[in-house]
Amino acid sequence: QQQHEDLSAKKLRLTKPSKSAALHVDLCKATSPADALQYLLQFARKPVEVESVEGVVRILLEHYYKESDASVRLKIASLLGLLSKTAGFSPDCIMDDAINTLQNEKSHQVLAQLLDTLLVIGTKLTENPSVRMRLVEVACKHLTDSSHGVRNKCLQLIGCLGPVEKGAAKEVESQAAKDVQKIIGDHFNDQDPRVRTAAIKAMLQLHERGLKLHQAIYGQACKLLADDYEQVRSAAVQLIWVLSQLYPESIVPIPSSNEEIRLVDDAFGKICHMVSDGSWVVRVQAAKLLGSMQQVSSHFLEQTLDKKLMSDLRRKRTAHERAKELYSSGEFSSGRKWGDDAPKEEIDTGAVNLIESGACGAFVHGLEDEMYEVRIAAVEALCMLAQSSPSFAEKCLDFLVDMFNDEIEEVRLQSIHTMRKISNNITLREDQLDTVLAVLEDSSRDIREALHELLCCTNVSTKEGIHLALVELLKNLTKYPTDRESIWKCLKFLGSRHPTLVLPLVPELLSTHPFFDTPEPDMDDPAYIAVLVLIFNAAKSCPTMPALFSDHTFRHYAYLRDSLSHLVPPLRLPGRKLVSSPVSPSLAPHEDPSQQFLHQSLERVYNLQHLDPQGVQELLEFTIRDLQRLGELQSELAGMADFTATYLRCQLLLIKALQEKLWNVAAPLYLKQNALASTAAKQILEETYKMEFMYSGVESRQVVIIHHMRLQAKALQLIVTARTTRGVEPLFGMCEKFLQEVDSFQRCFISELPHMQGSFVDKLLDLMPRLMTSKPSEVVKILQTTLRQSTFLHLPLPEQLHRATANIIEPTGESDNPLRFTSGLVVALDVDATLEHVQDPQGTVKVQVLYPDGQAQIIHPKPADFRNPGPGRHRLITQVYLSHTAWTEPCQIEVRLLLAYNSNRSKASAKIAKSAWSESLEAIPQSETGIEGTIPFSKPVKVYIMPKPARR
Amino acid sequence: LCSFCLGPGAGQDVGRSCILVSIAGKNVMLDCGMHMGYNDDRRFPDFSYITQNGRLTDFLDCVIISHFHLDHCGALPYFSEMVGYDGPIYMTHPTKAICPILLEDYRKITVDKKGEINFFTSQMIKDCMKKVVAVHLHQTVQVDEELEIKAYYAGHVLGAAMFQIKVGCESVVYTGDYNMTPDRHLGAAWIDKCRPDLLISESTYATTIRDSKRCRERDFLKKVHETVERGGKVLIPVFALGRAQELCILLETFWERMNLKAPIYFSTGLTEKANHYYKLFITWTNQKIRKTFVQRNMFEFKHIKAFDRAFADNPGPMVVFATPGMLHAGQSLQIFKKWAGNEKNMVIMPGYCVQGTVGHKILSGQRKLEMEGRQILEVKMQVEYMSFSAHADAKGIMQLIRQAEPRNVLLVHGEAKKMEFLKQKIEQEFHVNCYMPANGETTTIFTNPSIPVDISLGLLKRETAIGLLPDVKKPQLMHGTLIMKDNSFRLVSPEQALKELGLAEHQLRFTCRVHIQDPRKEHETVLRVYNHLKGVLKDYSVQHLPDGSITVESILIQATAHSEDQGTKVLLVSWTYQDEELGSYLTALLKKGLPPSTS
Repeated sequence: QQQHEDLSAKKLRLTKPSKSAALHVDLCKATSPADALQYLLQFARKPVEVESVEGVVRILLEHYYKESDASVRLKIASLLGLLSKTAGFSPDCIMDDAINTLQNEKSHQVLAQLLDTLLVIGTKLTENPSVRMRLVEVACKHLTDSSHGVRNKCLQLIGCLGPVEKGAAKEVESQAAKDVQKIIGDHFNDQDPRVRTAAIKAMLQLHERGLKLHQAIYGQACKLLADDYEQVRSAAVQLIWVLSQLYPESIVPIPSSNEEIRLVDDAFGKICHMVSDGSWVVRVQAAKLLGSMQQVSSHFLEQTLDKKLMSDLRRKRTAHERAKELYSSGEFSSGRKWGDDAPKEEIDTGAVNLIESGACGAFVHGLEDEMYEVRIAAVEALCMLAQSSPSFAEKCLDFLVDMFNDEIEEVRLQSIHTMRKISNNITLREDQLDTVLAVLEDSSRDIREALHELLCCTNVSTKEGIHLALVELLKNLTKYPTDRESIWKCLKFLGSRHPTLVLPLVPELLSTHPFFDTPEPDMDDPAYIAVLVLIFNAAKSCPTMPALFSDHTFRHYAYLRDSLSHLVPPLRLPGRKLVSSPVSPSLAPHEDPSQQFLHQSLERVYNLQHLDPQGVQELLEFTIRDLQRLGELQSELAGMADFTATYLRCQLLLIKALQEKLWNVAAPLYLKQNALASTAAKQILEETYKMEFMYSGVESRQVVIIHHMRLQAKALQLIVTARTTRGVEPLFGMCEKFLQEVDSFQRCFISELPHMQGSFVDKLLDLMPRLMTSKPSEVVKILQTTLRQSTFLHLPLPEQLHRATANIIEPTGESDNPLRFTSGLVVALDVDATLEHVQDPQGTVKVQVLYPDGQAQIIHPKPADFRNPGPGRHRLITQVYLSHTAWTEPCQIEVRLLLAYNSNRSKASAKIAKSAWSESLEAIPQSETGIEGTIPFSKPVKVYIMPKPARR
Repeated sequence: LCSFCLGPGAGQDVGRSCILVSIAGKNVMLDCGMHMGYNDDRRFPDFSYITQNGRLTDFLDCVIISHFHLDHCGALPYFSEMVGYDGPIYMTHPTKAICPILLEDYRKITVDKKGEINFFTSQMIKDCMKKVVAVHLHQTVQVDEELEIKAYYAGHVLGAAMFQIKVGCESVVYTGDYNMTPDRHLGAAWIDKCRPDLLISESTYATTIRDSKRCRERDFLKKVHETVERGGKVLIPVFALGRAQELCILLETFWERMNLKAPIYFSTGLTEKANHYYKLFITWTNQKIRKTFVQRNMFEFKHIKAFDRAFADNPGPMVVFATPGMLHAGQSLQIFKKWAGNEKNMVIMPGYCVQGTVGHKILSGQRKLEMEGRQILEVKMQVEYMSFSAHADAKGIMQLIRQAEPRNVLLVHGEAKKMEFLKQKIEQEFHVNCYMPANGETTTIFTNPSIPVDISLGLLKRETAIGLLPDVKKPQLMHGTLIMKDNSFRLVSPEQALKELGLAEHQLRFTCRVHIQDPRKEHETVLRVYNHLKGVLKDYSVQHLPDGSITVESILIQATAHSEDQGTKVLLVSWTYQDEELGSYLTALLKKGLPPSTS
């Protein structure tokens, strides 16, 4: 703290001619109001420094009193507000003046603007209750103004500044300490709709600030629902919602009867009524709020889905009811006849209520609304209510399923997502499943994927349902082969969720099914794989199932377990050596053998200190190979295995580089000889960046090791440079830089240093005093020996580690037709990619386009182009604009995704920044903190393009 | 006074809409429809009814057509050219565009096919259309100085509108046919809170509450899809305009979504021309079409192609829309005959069928049909019924009434029995009068017209300064003089009125004696009265003057002892005419006596 003050004291006082003086001169020069207005407008364009704000305000006020033209006064008033906003300026000194200006003002517009200024001042001084009281008092005084603008602002002011705590109001005993709620409530019946809206908004503002609104307002608010103006109704709906959340359990009477109901139910009914309002803004508002009224009684809730049908005064069943009946009577699909929906019993005319005051059919209306905004809001509300009430979820299912056929894709997508969210509470009937599955043929990939996602977590009630789902999914597969992965994944979950339902289907699916009646089905057929994925996942929790498999099924299992290990679970198959795991299951039933293997191989590596160089290299190479294979087999361990393999590869490279014979040669190295060592250094650097930024779940323990490895690579680089360059001059700089890096490493990871006994950096720090004083050549020598002697550091593994991956789906890179466009103009290329385990994709993922001439272009996709279909997964759908000068031949360009990193963002540098703040204010070298770069993390895709010369 | 006359048609009947309204001396004819069921004179409304004798143009101020269906505009050329009417005819732009096509088609069928004579000619249709003035939605059209009309969106078919007719402060809203639920190509009807004196609403589905349209749509699509997948052919008999476009959009988007390849055909003729207009009047369609037409106009069908007679024999699946809708003649019947024998095929009837048509027969389950020439046609194909009606149901009608908040409701265009039910409901829910006149019956509705009065600004300012802020909901008391002169009303201050009339001002003062039993001295009584009044009238200035009298605002109270009985005090209360309200309140208060003194 002390330091801080010292610093600010040192600041220079600026003595350049103050802005206020210039303004004063300008204003005095102004001959007409128009002139003055021009000056003020110009003045407003530039910011004013904090010190001169007060002076400027004084000049403006002085001018204000002299000015006769209302428009100039208005501008001055607005400038006052603007100036009070200046950061660091405390406006209490000008408050009195601002209030004084109100006294004699005649123009309503200026008055409103002045009140606005007071609001700005008030919001900056919220901690001061007496100031707030005064302002509220001023506002109350002007509430009787005849202009709606002034009343509007007054209410806004009261809403923002009115006393919230009961105690405070008593403390400052004054006129305005009266109940602010009453003052605002009186304006609910104002003649101007804008003022009414402002009054309700002020009330809501008070609520937001923590004041508990009186229940008495409820009656008033209900009357406002019938207002002529939509803004008023929309605000009133909000107010009613707020009150229903505050007093859910209190009892209100039903008008024109002696009955009473809970307030939340009454409010729910009223808001439901607003779902069929004339204005769509109100409808959206109402539909949205319905979702968050979870305390409402269930019979009210269920009414929202109820719409009594009738035809010629006779009761009719809805299509939903009919479908249900058909289903429960055991008949699945009957040929429809005319009059199937024929009305049944007569209705008592008196009992039919055409416009119910209650919640009747609110959602039925909302979901059928003309505006898709209302429909989306209704679907969202339905989702929220269904999540909290399983019985409601069951009931709203039919309606959600209907929404799958909406004309707007967004609505369809939203309802599919909603269904997925409530899927825990529901079981689909067959007829519903049928409708759901029909959507699988949708041409939009988004919809299909969302639907697969939905099927992953749906409960199906019968085996026919499973069969139906499988058949439809296979149909989907033949129609859109690109959905393969998604469908397999979907079947995986479908199988593991319903093992008992799959069991009776197995014989049919495997042999007697008409599609697969060949003795041994083709192993590469995606449809067959899909069926197997379903069966194997079901078999996991159904031990009797493997008995139904035929021989080739077991073989196929082995193959799939190997090639699609993320989809096929390990099965314990009786008497099959081929697949039974080498570790006997009784030994370690809980620990995953592959996990064990990973640790074992790492253990092995840590002993390599004791081996001869040749052995070390071999061991590392083997281990890396093993790990890579493991990563391919076990998708859940892929991140871990890759990460370790990369680390080991770094080590291997380092060892190889250090073992080159050339180090023994005294003479400077030649280009050819240094190639290996310097590329190794470069490669290690690259790999360390990958390790740091491409994996999610890396903890600080790993970051140390990564940085340590990077330091070693830098040392290696330094040594190589020292040996290859003549002269000492460039070395000075390099050495200094390196030592700085060591220093910052120490600062960052001071807490981790004890764990790094015998490591490179440990030894280096011991020698630090000597290094600081020695010449570059000596430094290099020391480094070389330390590097050789240092031990290999253990890499502790975190709990979860995932590698960021990207897969470009589109363009596919298979097209032979070049994309033709006129040179000089642009062509849009659609890029569609899935990203996994990327944190903050909006900030880091870029698209790179490489032209054949080596020119590269990096495109930052818009944040809106990223979608988030599930946790840890993102989808990038964007357009890349290409342009080039004319070519004679079509040629291929490469498109790939890059992961941008910036060491500023990394965890390590966050630490630096923190520690630096407390220890010293010395700036950290720019070069170190701001390393930016990109890592390509997707396979490049080639696109054939042909810019044609422009025709004249 | 707003007289309303169900002139020549409509009333408790579907078909032949024609309504005559006189509102504040103006006569307006709403719709000019024909009856499809008749082929003689009865098909047109009896226009002689309107004027008995004399020219129609002199009697009618304007004619309004709500939409292009023939039961709403079919008699127009007859009315304007053959009976003779030269005044303005109002309709919306799409109606004006499509109406002549339909009229021409109707004329062709009647004259060319049935060989009738004495029917309007093509030239007459053209001449008639020249008298039409097209209006935009929400545009206020001034017919003459007093009469103005305004159109609101009604859904139902392209260009359908509801009209508000307003003379002075009296107004009538005529809905025509409307639909409160949006469909695939049109939005929902909408009206603001215009609070008309009378709402004339159609009531085709007065006793029906319909199921969600989504189920119907889904059913329809599923059936078509299944049949096409089986390799069957689907026949959908439709009328050329309205529902046909909706179904086309429905199938088109479904084909697009599901990536289907089977061809869809639309029998040519009238439809192509009509589709052209649908493409043009995008602003009249629903949200989806309006928002996406920049990328692609939904009515530019990608999958739907023109039908050729030869296509019917093509192998493989297909969907064909063919006219007419009831399978009674024409192309739809020809195709039906070809496809009826195959059980893989399907026919979907999207609307109501009149008794006696093939459509009605197959819908009622007949499987063997006798065709011309004693042929027996066995129907093996599946027959489906799918209702896609675009009228508001009972709930929709109630919703519209709620939106518009009329003072009276009048139901037309429906069956009497059904209207009775709705009428009862409307009266019960909204507490407004509801009428349902029969054909030719006249209903008179008395309105409570508000009469605008000019008030002098000085008086207004003075009066508002005295009272509280004006409040919309409460009437406010105001003192002034009403001058009725030269057919105009003015409210001015009394002084000004006196000045204008050259009269001298007279003061009117009321005095009243109140006897109070009080044995105490006079000034004590006065003090008691003073304290009492001060306690009761908190908002008024009550003063105790040194001369022993009390003033409440400008009212004077004096107390004297009764000449005979000293125990009784006489309170003299005196006030001017202006303070009548307060004065009478005070006397009443004093008459109740003083509260027992606590001191």
